[in-house]
Amino acid sequence: MTVVGAPIDRVDGKAKTTGAARFAAEYALPGLAHAALVYANIARGRITALDTTAARAVPGVLAVLTHQNSPTVKPAPKVSMLNLSTLVSGTQVNYLQTDEVHFDGQPIAVVVAETSASAKEAASLIRTEYAAMESTVDFAAAEPDAKVQPNNPLMRGEEKKGDAEKALSEADVTVDLRFTTPPHAHNALEPHSTTAVWEGDHLTVYDATQSIDWVRSHLAVRFAVPTGNVRVLAPFVGGGFGGKGSVWAGTLLAALAARATGRPVRLMLTREGVYRTVGGRTASTQRVALGADRDGKLRALIHASVARTGRVGGMPEQITSQSRHLYDAEHILVRQSLVELDLLPNTFMRAPGESIGTFAVEAAIDELAAELGMDPIALRMRNEPAVNPMDGKKFAHRMLREAYTLGAEKFGWHERTPEPGSMRDGRWLVGMGVASAYHPANRFAANVTVRLSADGTVLVRCGFQEMGMGGATAQAQIAADALGVPFEAVRVEYGDSELPMSPGAGGSMQTASIANSLLEACEKVKHSVQALAKRTGGEGYEDILRRANVPHIEAAVGSDTRFGRIAGQARFMTNFLLEQRRWVKAAAGVQFCEVRVDRDTGEIRVSRWLGVFDIGTVINHKMASSQLRGGIVMGLGMALSEETLIDPRTGRIMNPSLAEYHVPVHADIPPIDVSFLDDPDPTMPLGLLGAGELGITGVAAAVANAIHHATGNRVRELPITLDKVL
Amino acid sequence: MAEITLRINGSAETLDVQPQVSLLDALREHLGLTGTKKGCDQGACGACTVLADGERINSCLALAMQYEGREITTIEGLDHPLQEAFVRADGLQCGYCTSGQICSAVGMLAEHKEGAPSAATEDLEAAEEELSDEEIRERMSGNLCRCGAYNGIVSAIKEVA
Repeated sequence: MTVVGAPIDRVDGKAKTTGAARFAAEYALPGLAHAALVYANIARGRITALDTTAARAVPGVLAVLTHQNSPTVKPAPKVSMLNLSTLVSGTQVNYLQTDEVHFDGQPIAVVVAETSASAKEAASLIRTEYAAMESTVDFAAAEPDAKVQPNNPLMRGEEKKGDAEKALSEADVTVDLRFTTPPHAHNALEPHSTTAVWEGDHLTVYDATQSIDWVRSHLAVRFAVPTGNVRVLAPFVGGGFGGKGSVWAGTLLAALAARATGRPVRLMLTREGVYRTVGGRTASTQRVALGADRDGKLRALIHASVARTGRVGGMPEQITSQSRHLYDAEHILVRQSLVELDLLPNTFMRAPGESIGTFAVEAAIDELAAELGMDPIALRMRNEPAVNPMDGKKFAHRMLREAYTLGAEKFGWHERTPEPGSMRDGRWLVGMGVASAYHPANRFAANVTVRLSADGTVLVRCGFQEMGMGGATAQAQIAADALGVPFEAVRVEYGDSELPMSPGAGGSMQTASIANSLLEACEKVKHSVQALAKRTGGEGYEDILRRANVPHIEAAVGSDTRFGRIAGQARFMTNFLLEQRRWVKAAAGVQFCEVRVDRDTGEIRVSRWLGVFDIGTVINHKMASSQLRGGIVMGLGMALSEETLIDPRTGRIMNPSLAEYHVPVHADIPPIDVSFLDDPDPTMPLGLLGAGELGITGVAAAVANAIHHATGNRVRELPITLDKVL
Repeated sequence: MAEITLRINGSAETLDVQPQVSLLDALREHLGLTGTKKGCDQGACGACTVLADGERINSCLALAMQYEGREITTIEGLDHPLQEAFVRADGLQCGYCTSGQICSAVGMLAEHKEGAPSAATEDLEAAEEELSDEEIRERMSGNLCRCGAYNGIVSAIKEVA
């Protein structure tokens, strides 16, 4: 039986095409009240006056909460590697518990009203005065003060092999380049939303989150109730891309507003509110310097990045991650540096690090190829490593050569004439570009139960959320094959913290993490059935269970007790560190791009796209293709149009809307041809590697390289808008 | 507050709303029709697209009071081959833009049938040109999909057109 791999329609397709799928702001609870936020509009300082008189006078207003009258909320817990849920706090600011302002956009008041219209109106009437303090908000100005990122268990801030600077100075051919990338915003189409209801000391939240379990732990700490008193439901989440991976102000303040008013409260952020209170991708500057022999053999590879975090939170981006694995250079230096700014903390956004890191290193390789007069694919193949370049560790799976061979053939790379500006179609300058895609692969701990019933049906239970990746479909496919039952016989329950604990969606890890436990649980079920069959006989599950008079057999992997969770996490960390010592694991691929640039206006159109990807075993070809395409689409936005504009004087986001932050639209996206090598990774469950983030990596570089080929212009600052091409 | 009567998906619904309430909020918050989505509340994303007398509109930019007497169709009231085509072509991932994409596509197909041109139309005189991919993409560009399901959406629309 081979359901795994089949392009099965997603099981929730009907719910989503009929309007039946309910998202976090769509639960109509009796007595529901609505909340709206008020944001600080200075970067740093103290609130000296907050006048809520007019707001409280709006008919239907139930409460106006500020630091002057809010119920107490405990501060966010300190980050500890022994309890990974401590990583989930978007910021360290204890909202409404202080008169301090730490970033422009920090929520300083919550209005709760009978209708959302009243809440919105009242929020607009609150007047605030501040005593501003000096702030540092200009990334470009702060960049010279950047400090090397401290090491963490996942990655070292600086790594070197040999003496790359010396090798660079002695190399025959070199490039030494500076790239910049702007801040980006996830812009999941569903704004962050929470519906919260307290019953005594029990809190239920319907939350737009990628991290059901961590939200639960976090809220329990903040409201000083046992974890078991908090229930988080997130069956459907309207996109996240990392933006819903942490707990941001909205979730917390909805729960606070519900507690303060004794009413169920719904808080749906406005689009502006998402920009003001939910972090995005950091800006970066990157230096990539490459030195090679005349035949293209790399002697030196240097990749040094500067990014930012917030003074009150944020995560260091792994911008040089891929540069530790992609090329067999004799001498390598990678270094990630950081500045801390008085801005809303940054956060992970689809392939944090690799998305913008691949832009710089893969554009630099293209520039080196031009300097050498070599084909950019030939240069990459000349330097394709047999083992991890930095330390000689084995690759668990490495199929970049195969990806390039297949991709070049399918794309028609041989038709490309190397000279920039040499390919034309009427008024259009045509260019072809290529770049590698790369994203590390890992697993988290996941708890799963599987129940096989006497009627032959199977129930898989795991508390993950459905955010578009098709988890319920993919896991049902895996369970169907593992147990040898039809796909239709399997049902997956998800989206609820009452279910066995699932890891959140992050690092492209969720599918593999759950699959690992699911396969184990299915094995246990099969063993139990075999044991029964030995006793009472019978053939096939239904017959065996019926003869044994057993209504169902259930197996669990992982324990949801407190001790079980700690043990699971310890097992995960040990396994993770052991595996890291043995293998370098990654999904990888190649992106081919054809652009057309108008010779007079500089208008850039992407006319063709082809990607070949190695994500190990493909569980569902249809959904995996969609996910990779989605990454490419977001990459095209990054390449050509996306940029969060932050006022360097005030630290205020200037384009907090979908009208002024330009994500790709239908007309921007050509047909995207996606292929998979479909070869199992021997170290991963079923051989699968995550697919969520790989697609965006390499995209901006392929576009930049194609634009250079079309026009002869090298644009090293994203986004590549037409003014930079003219 | 004022009492208004809206015709939604074929039935009359009476509700009390404040004058500033949008058609979108009337649907979602007053009538519990949450299939219509709020993505930006500013007319920039298209997630709130519904049909008013068969024409696609952004319901976030429409005041509920001004739509008395109009026939409003939301995703809940739609029974159209596009819905299954979207699933087959995987023209969705998270599903949040999907209602708007489908309502918009239904309206768009009707516009095209009536000979309305788009910025991608080469020959304005030629009647009822077949809907090319380029035409579909141009005409659907008011509906954002951040998951990037655009290719699947175009395939689904082509299948039904």
